[in-house]
Amino acid sequence: MQLNDLSQRLIERYQHQLPLCAEPWQAMAEELGCSEAEVLDCLRRLDDGGVLSRVGPVFEHSRAGASTLVALAVPPERLEQVAELVNRYPEVNHNYLREHDYNLWFVLTGPDRQALERCLEDIQHSTGLAPLDLPMRRAYRIDLGFPLEDAP
Amino acid sequence: MTGLCASQQLALRRQLERGLPLTTRPYRHIAEQLGASEQAVLDQVNQWNTEGLFRRFGLVVHHRALGFRANAMLVLDIPDQAVDAIGEQLSSAPGINLCYQRPRRLPHWPFNLFCMVHGRERAAVQAHIERLLERYELDHLPHRLLFSTRAFKQRGGRFTPAAEVAHG
Repeated sequence: MQLNDLSQRLIERYQHQLPLCAEPWQAMAEELGCSEAEVLDCLRRLDDGGVLSRVGPVFEHSRAGASTLVALAVPPERLEQVAELVNRYPEVNHNYLREHDYNLWFVLTGPDRQALERCLEDIQHSTGLAPLDLPMRRAYRIDLGFPLEDAP
Repeated sequence: MTGLCASQQLALRRQLERGLPLTTRPYRHIAEQLGASEQAVLDQVNQWNTEGLFRRFGLVVHHRALGFRANAMLVLDIPDQAVDAIGEQLSSAPGINLCYQRPRRLPHWPFNLFCMVHGRERAAVQAHIERLLERYELDHLPHRLLFSTRAFKQRGGRFTPAAEVAHG
Protein backbone atom coordinates (compact mmCIF):
# COMPACT_ATOMS: atom_id res chain seq x y z
CA MET A 1 0.00 0.00 0.00
CA GLN A 2 1.26 3.49 -0.88
CA LEU A 3 1.37 5.85 2.08
CA ASN A 4 0.36 9.46 1.77
CA ASP A 5 2.07 12.18 3.76
CA LEU A 6 -0.34 12.07 6.70
CA SER A 7 -0.10 8.26 6.99
CA GLN A 8 3.69 8.48 7.11
CA ARG A 9 3.60 11.12 9.80
CA LEU A 10 1.06 9.16 11.86
CA ILE A 11 3.16 5.99 11.67
CA GLU A 12 6.39 7.78 12.43
CA ARG A 13 5.02 9.71 15.36
CA TYR A 14 2.43 7.54 17.05
CA GLN A 15 3.72 3.99 17.29
CA HIS A 16 5.18 4.59 20.71
CA GLN A 17 2.77 6.80 22.62
CA LEU A 18 -0.69 7.94 21.64
CA PRO A 19 -2.11 10.82 23.68
CA LEU A 20 -4.06 9.05 26.46
CA CYS A 21 -7.09 11.30 26.65
CA ALA A 22 -10.80 11.27 25.80
CA GLU A 23 -10.20 12.63 22.29
CA PRO A 24 -6.90 11.14 21.11
CA TRP A 25 -7.54 11.70 17.40
CA GLN A 26 -8.32 15.35 18.07
CA ALA A 27 -5.12 15.73 20.10
CA MET A 28 -3.11 14.11 17.30
CA ALA A 29 -4.79 16.33 14.72
CA GLU A 30 -3.78 19.41 16.67
CA GLU A 31 -0.18 18.22 16.88
CA LEU A 32 -0.10 17.46 13.15
CA GLY A 33 -2.02 20.54 12.04
CA CYS A 34 -5.00 18.80 10.46
CA SER A 35 -8.55 17.89 11.46
CA GLU A 36 -9.77 15.00 13.61
CA ALA A 37 -11.79 13.74 10.64
CA GLU A 38 -8.62 13.58 8.54
CA VAL A 39 -6.79 11.58 11.21
CA LEU A 40 -9.68 9.13 11.59
CA ASP A 41 -10.14 8.82 7.86
CA CYS A 42 -6.42 8.11 7.44
CA LEU A 43 -6.40 5.48 10.22
CA ARG A 44 -9.45 3.77 8.72
CA ARG A 45 -7.79 3.67 5.31
CA LEU A 46 -4.63 2.15 6.82
CA ASP A 47 -6.85 -0.36 8.59
CA ASP A 48 -8.75 -1.26 5.42
CA GLY A 49 -5.48 -1.45 3.46
CA GLY A 50 -4.10 -4.05 5.88
CA VAL A 51 -1.29 -1.79 7.10
CA LEU A 52 -2.76 -1.25 10.54
CA SER A 53 -3.08 -4.18 12.90
CA ARG A 54 -4.75 -1.99 15.53
CA VAL A 55 -4.32 1.16 17.56
CA GLY A 56 -3.74 0.35 21.19
CA PRO A 57 -1.31 -1.09 23.67
CA VAL A 58 1.38 -3.68 23.10
CA PHE A 59 1.35 -5.43 26.44
CA GLU A 60 4.46 -6.03 28.48
CA HIS A 61 4.49 -9.83 28.31
CA SER A 62 5.91 -10.40 31.76
CA ARG A 63 3.25 -8.20 33.39
CA ALA A 64 0.29 -9.06 31.20
CA GLY A 65 0.69 -12.84 31.40
CA ALA A 66 3.02 -15.39 29.89
CA SER A 67 4.39 -15.88 26.40
CA THR A 68 6.82 -18.11 24.59
CA LEU A 69 8.27 -18.59 21.12
CA VAL A 70 7.57 -22.03 19.66
CA ALA A 71 9.05 -23.84 16.67
CA LEU A 72 7.90 -27.00 14.94
CA ALA A 73 9.79 -29.05 12.35
CA VAL A 74 6.95 -29.77 9.95
CA PRO A 75 7.40 -32.14 7.00
CA PRO A 76 6.80 -30.00 3.88
CA GLU A 77 3.83 -32.06 2.72
CA ARG A 78 2.03 -31.46 6.05
CA LEU A 79 2.74 -27.73 6.22
CA GLU A 80 -0.67 -26.36 5.20
CA GLN A 81 -2.52 -28.75 7.48
CA VAL A 82 -0.30 -28.11 10.52
CA ALA A 83 -0.21 -24.33 10.01
CA GLU A 84 -3.99 -24.23 9.86
CA LEU A 85 -4.30 -26.44 12.92
CA VAL A 86 -1.87 -24.23 14.87
CA ASN A 87 -3.65 -21.05 13.76
CA ARG A 88 -6.87 -22.28 15.32
CA TYR A 89 -5.49 -21.93 18.85
CA PRO A 90 -6.48 -18.55 20.28
CA GLU A 91 -3.13 -18.54 22.15
CA VAL A 92 -1.24 -18.41 18.85
CA ASN A 93 -0.18 -15.21 17.11
CA HIS A 94 2.54 -14.29 14.63
CA ASN A 95 2.75 -17.66 12.96
CA TYR A 96 5.46 -17.66 10.26
CA LEU A 97 7.07 -20.04 7.84
CA ARG A 98 10.89 -19.79 8.11
CA GLU A 99 13.75 -21.34 6.20
CA HIS A 100 15.05 -24.06 8.51
CA ASP A 101 14.23 -27.65 9.50
CA TYR A 102 12.31 -25.94 12.29
CA ASN A 103 10.13 -24.20 9.76
CA LEU A 104 6.98 -23.12 11.60
CA TRP A 105 7.52 -20.37 14.20
CA PHE A 106 4.81 -18.86 16.34
CA VAL A 107 4.28 -17.00 19.59
CA LEU A 108 1.98 -18.33 22.30
CA THR A 109 0.46 -15.94 24.82
CA GLY A 110 -1.83 -16.69 27.75
CA PRO A 111 -2.73 -15.65 31.26
CA ASP A 112 0.05 -17.75 32.84
CA ARG A 113 2.79 -20.27 32.12
CA GLN A 114 0.54 -23.20 33.04
CA ALA A 115 -1.91 -22.25 30.31
CA LEU A 116 0.96 -22.21 27.80
CA GLU A 117 2.16 -25.64 28.90
CA ARG A 118 -1.31 -27.08 28.44
CA CYS A 119 -1.43 -25.54 24.98
CA LEU A 120 2.02 -26.92 24.08
CA GLU A 121 0.97 -30.40 25.15
CA ASP A 122 -2.18 -30.10 23.13
CA ILE A 123 -0.26 -28.97 20.04
CA GLN A 124 2.17 -31.87 20.42
CA HIS A 125 -0.74 -34.27 20.76
CA SER A 126 -2.72 -32.92 17.81
CA THR A 127 0.23 -32.55 15.41
CA GLY A 128 2.40 -35.47 16.56
CA LEU A 129 5.36 -33.04 16.43
CA ALA A 130 7.55 -32.08 19.40
CA PRO A 131 7.54 -28.30 19.85
CA LEU A 132 10.63 -26.30 20.80
CA ASP A 133 9.57 -24.12 23.74
CA LEU A 134 11.76 -20.99 23.79
CA PRO A 135 10.53 -18.51 26.44
CA MET A 136 12.34 -15.21 26.64
CA ARG A 137 15.11 -15.19 29.25
CA ARG A 138 16.12 -11.59 28.82
CA ALA A 139 15.19 -8.72 26.50
CA TYR A 140 18.03 -6.52 25.28
CA ARG A 141 15.80 -4.62 22.92
CA ILE A 142 12.02 -4.80 22.98
CA ASP A 143 9.45 -3.84 20.40
CA LEU A 144 9.39 -0.04 20.27
CA GLY A 145 7.58 0.24 17.00
CA PHE A 146 8.85 0.11 13.51
CA PRO A 147 11.04 2.72 11.80
CA LEU A 148 9.96 3.60 8.26
CA GLU A 149 13.42 4.86 7.43
CA ASP A 150 16.73 3.42 8.53
CA ALA A 151 15.97 -0.16 7.47
CA PRO A 152 18.20 -2.19 5.16
CA MET B 1 -7.99 2.33 42.77
CA THR B 2 -10.20 3.17 39.85
CA GLY B 3 -13.94 2.90 39.48
CA LEU B 4 -14.00 -0.33 37.47
CA CYS B 5 -14.86 -3.66 39.04
CA ALA B 6 -12.77 -6.76 38.30
CA SER B 7 -14.94 -8.06 35.47
CA GLN B 8 -15.02 -4.62 33.85
CA GLN B 9 -11.22 -4.47 34.07
CA LEU B 10 -10.97 -7.84 32.34
CA ALA B 11 -13.39 -6.76 29.63
CA LEU B 12 -11.44 -3.53 29.13
CA ARG B 13 -8.18 -5.45 28.72
CA ARG B 14 -9.73 -7.76 26.18
CA GLN B 15 -11.01 -4.75 24.25
CA LEU B 16 -7.60 -3.03 24.39
CA GLU B 17 -5.92 -6.18 23.06
CA ARG B 18 -8.12 -5.80 19.98
CA GLY B 19 -7.42 -2.09 19.71
CA LEU B 20 -9.38 1.12 20.17
CA PRO B 21 -12.47 1.59 18.03
CA LEU B 22 -11.68 4.08 15.27
CA THR B 23 -14.47 6.46 16.25
CA THR B 24 -14.49 9.84 17.93
CA ARG B 25 -14.24 9.44 21.70
CA PRO B 26 -13.16 5.79 21.56
CA TYR B 27 -13.09 5.42 25.36
CA ARG B 28 -16.69 6.55 25.65
CA HIS B 29 -17.60 3.88 23.13
CA ILE B 30 -15.81 1.23 25.23
CA ALA B 31 -17.28 2.65 28.46
CA GLU B 32 -20.80 2.27 27.12
CA GLN B 33 -20.15 -1.40 26.39
CA LEU B 34 -18.75 -1.93 29.90
CA GLY B 35 -21.50 0.02 31.61
CA ALA B 36 -18.92 2.40 33.07
CA SER B 37 -18.10 6.07 32.71
CA GLU B 38 -15.66 7.35 30.13
CA GLN B 39 -13.60 8.89 32.91
CA ALA B 40 -13.34 5.60 34.83
CA VAL B 41 -12.09 3.85 31.67
CA LEU B 42 -9.54 6.57 30.99
CA ASP B 43 -8.34 6.54 34.60
CA GLN B 44 -7.85 2.77 34.40
CA VAL B 45 -5.91 2.98 31.12
CA ASN B 46 -3.71 5.74 32.51
CA GLN B 47 -3.07 3.77 35.68
CA TRP B 48 -2.04 0.67 33.73
CA ASN B 49 0.18 2.84 31.55
CA THR B 50 1.89 4.31 34.61
CA GLU B 51 2.30 0.87 36.18
CA GLY B 52 4.13 -0.37 33.09
CA LEU B 53 1.56 -2.86 31.81
CA PHE B 54 2.17 -1.57 28.28
CA ARG B 55 5.42 -1.56 26.33
CA ARG B 56 3.94 1.03 24.05
CA PHE B 57 0.52 2.38 23.19
CA GLY B 58 -0.09 3.48 19.64
CA LEU B 59 -0.26 2.39 16.03
CA VAL B 60 0.65 -1.26 15.52
CA VAL B 61 1.49 -1.83 11.85
CA HIS B 62 1.87 -4.91 9.71
CA HIS B 63 5.38 -4.40 8.36
CA ARG B 64 4.73 -6.70 5.38
CA ALA B 65 1.96 -4.43 4.12
CA LEU B 66 4.44 -1.55 4.22
CA GLY B 67 6.81 -3.32 1.87
CA PHE B 68 9.10 -4.76 4.54
CA ARG B 69 8.96 -8.28 3.22
CA ALA B 70 12.50 -9.40 3.90
CA ASN B 71 12.29 -10.35 7.56
CA ALA B 72 15.10 -12.34 9.06
CA MET B 73 15.55 -13.92 12.44
CA LEU B 74 19.25 -14.06 13.23
CA VAL B 75 20.06 -16.72 15.81
CA LEU B 76 23.47 -17.15 17.42
CA ASP B 77 25.11 -19.58 19.82
CA ILE B 78 26.97 -17.27 22.21
CA PRO B 79 28.91 -18.58 25.23
CA ASP B 80 26.82 -17.98 28.38
CA GLN B 81 29.34 -15.64 29.97
CA ALA B 82 29.33 -13.36 26.92
CA VAL B 83 25.67 -13.38 25.93
CA ASP B 84 24.59 -10.32 27.95
CA ALA B 85 27.38 -8.12 26.64
CA ILE B 86 26.80 -9.17 23.05
CA GLY B 87 23.04 -8.86 23.42
CA GLU B 88 23.44 -5.28 24.64
CA GLN B 89 25.81 -4.52 21.78
CA LEU B 90 23.56 -5.92 19.07
CA SER B 91 20.44 -4.28 20.50
CA SER B 92 21.83 -0.85 19.67
CA ALA B 93 23.06 -1.85 16.21
CA PRO B 94 21.23 -0.25 13.26
CA GLY B 95 18.43 -2.32 11.78
CA ILE B 96 17.97 -4.65 14.76
CA ASN B 97 14.34 -4.32 15.87
CA LEU B 98 14.27 -6.94 18.62
CA CYS B 99 16.99 -8.72 20.55
CA TYR B 100 16.20 -11.47 23.06
CA GLN B 101 18.00 -14.19 24.96
CA ARG B 102 16.22 -17.55 24.92
CA PRO B 103 17.21 -21.01 26.23
CA ARG B 104 19.06 -23.56 24.09
CA ARG B 105 17.28 -26.89 23.58
CA LEU B 106 20.07 -29.37 23.00
CA PRO B 107 20.65 -31.36 20.92
CA HIS B 108 17.98 -29.91 18.61
CA TRP B 109 18.52 -26.20 19.07
CA PRO B 110 21.91 -24.76 20.07
CA PHE B 111 21.14 -21.02 19.66
CA ASN B 112 20.55 -18.66 22.61
CA LEU B 113 20.47 -15.14 21.12
CA PHE B 114 17.69 -14.00 18.76
CA CYS B 115 17.60 -10.78 16.71
CA MET B 116 14.94 -9.62 14.27
CA VAL B 117 15.88 -7.59 11.21
CA HIS B 118 13.21 -6.23 8.86
CA GLY B 119 14.02 -4.84 5.45
CA ARG B 120 12.68 -4.37 1.96
CA GLU B 121 15.06 -6.66 0.11
CA ARG B 122 16.48 -9.98 1.09
CA ALA B 123 19.96 -9.41 -0.33
CA ALA B 124 20.26 -6.08 1.48
CA VAL B 125 19.17 -7.60 4.80
CA GLN B 126 21.62 -10.44 4.37
CA ALA B 127 24.50 -8.10 3.52
CA HIS B 128 23.59 -5.81 6.41
CA ILE B 129 23.67 -8.71 8.89
CA GLU B 130 26.97 -10.00 7.52
CA ARG B 131 28.51 -6.56 8.03
CA LEU B 132 27.19 -6.41 11.59
CA LEU B 133 28.57 -9.85 12.43
CA GLU B 134 31.95 -8.83 11.07
CA ARG B 135 31.96 -5.51 12.88
CA TYR B 136 31.20 -7.14 16.24
CA GLU B 137 33.53 -10.08 15.49
CA LEU B 138 30.74 -12.63 15.76
CA ASP B 139 31.06 -14.19 12.31
CA HIS B 140 33.16 -17.09 13.64
CA LEU B 141 30.42 -18.13 16.12
CA PRO B 142 27.69 -20.58 15.07
CA HIS B 143 24.73 -18.65 13.67
CA ARG B 144 21.85 -19.00 11.22
CA LEU B 145 19.68 -16.58 9.34
CA LEU B 146 16.04 -17.68 9.18
CA PHE B 147 14.12 -15.59 6.66
CA SER B 148 10.35 -15.74 6.95
CA THR B 149 8.77 -16.67 3.65
CA ARG B 150 5.11 -16.62 4.62
CA ALA B 151 2.88 -15.22 7.38
CA PHE B 152 0.13 -17.60 8.41
CA LYS B 153 -1.11 -15.36 11.21
CA GLN B 154 -0.22 -11.88 12.43
CA ARG B 155 -1.96 -10.28 15.37
CA GLY B 156 -1.35 -9.12 18.91
CA GLY B 157 -1.27 -11.49 21.86
CA ARG B 158 -4.39 -12.38 23.79
CA PHE B 159 -3.34 -12.54 27.42
CA THR B 160 -6.65 -11.99 29.14
CA PRO B 161 -8.65 -15.17 29.71
CA ALA B 162 -12.01 -15.29 27.98
CA ALA B 163 -14.26 -14.85 30.98
CA GLU B 164 -17.90 -14.12 31.55
CA VAL B 165 -19.39 -11.18 29.71
CA ALA B 166 -19.06 -7.98 31.72
CA HIS B 167 -22.08 -6.58 33.45
CA GLY B 168 -23.94 -3.69 31.98
